[in-house]
Amino acid sequence: MKVRARWLIPLAALPVVGLLAYGFRADPRAVPSPLVGRPAPAFTLTTFDGTPVSLERHRGQVVVVNFWASWCYPACYEEAPVLEAGWRRLREQGVVVLGVAIQDKEPASREFIQRFGLTFPNAPDPAGRTSIDYGVYGVPETFVVDRRGMIRRKHVGAVTEAVFREWVEPLLRESAG
Amino acid sequence: MSAATARAARVIAGFLCLGAAAVVPLADAAGPAVSEEAVQAIAAQLRCVVCQNLSVADSPSEMASQMRDLIRERLAAGDRPEQVMAYFVQRYGDWVLLAPPARGLNLVLWLAPFGAVVGGLAIALTLAYRWRRRPAPAPAVPPMGPRDRERLAAELERLGD
Repeated sequence: MKVRARWLIPLAALPVVGLLAYGFRADPRAVPSPLVGRPAPAFTLTTFDGTPVSLERHRGQVVVVNFWASWCYPACYEEAPVLEAGWRRLREQGVVVLGVAIQDKEPASREFIQRFGLTFPNAPDPAGRTSIDYGVYGVPETFVVDRRGMIRRKHVGAVTEAVFREWVEPLLRESAG
Repeated sequence: MSAATARAARVIAGFLCLGAAAVVPLADAAGPAVSEEAVQAIAAQLRCVVCQNLSVADSPSEMASQMRDLIRERLAAGDRPEQVMAYFVQRYGDWVLLAPPARGLNLVLWLAPFGAVVGGLAIALTLAYRWRRRPAPAPAVPPMGPRDRERLAAELERLGD
């Protein structure tokens, strides 16, 4: 009995330690989105330039919907040049980058766009409807929508070159049908 | 804070009811009037997505306030509370619910505490029963070895001097 107990106690602790080891290493922010594989929620917003922008209009293209805010430092500041470069490089091939500024003050958003010289369409999300529709819980968050309007990937955190390479470019080879 | 919020919500709800009663003919066109209590009841079950462990009802954040507006709007549009909850679950997953639904793997969450209590009680009772039945044995003194005996003799001799 004595000998058995000596082994039993650490043995009983093992699953708990295992669970904690898993839990503490997992990112609590990386909650899988139920929207991946589903049709992207439609939206129509007005860009900072005053032009209407809708997801519907870009059906047939690969759309990168990026939610950002000017106060989101450093991640949004890191990804802004990457998004701009990706858009310039791939727009001829059918990629659209759409920026949605959420939980932000308009002058600050405008300043951010100017600072990075962003040329892709950027729009504010006044009542937060679009961000809630996309299940956004922080910035930056980015959704990759395929030519058929399906969400194929949700990326939490700054967009990197690799996101364009691994998740956007392969979708260009798919047909719109 | 929570009690104060609830009280404030009740007061606001009261005023809204008064207001609604006064303008019933006008409000009819805009759909059923939504009580603040109904909005709070739903908001209290939803996790504020930008907070740590706060409900949408308790959070002062902008996002939570936008979510409360959305709840109010959907209720006004005639959605039932379950449909409003489903709207959020479709977008955020079960994660957005402060009480995870008791099905599938989540059952472990719901049942584990009861299992732990029952198991703990069983262990405690078994041990208590065992200790009562078996009186504690007198502390055994290890027999003296030849070295100890030698040392004892030496010490005694030293004391005797």
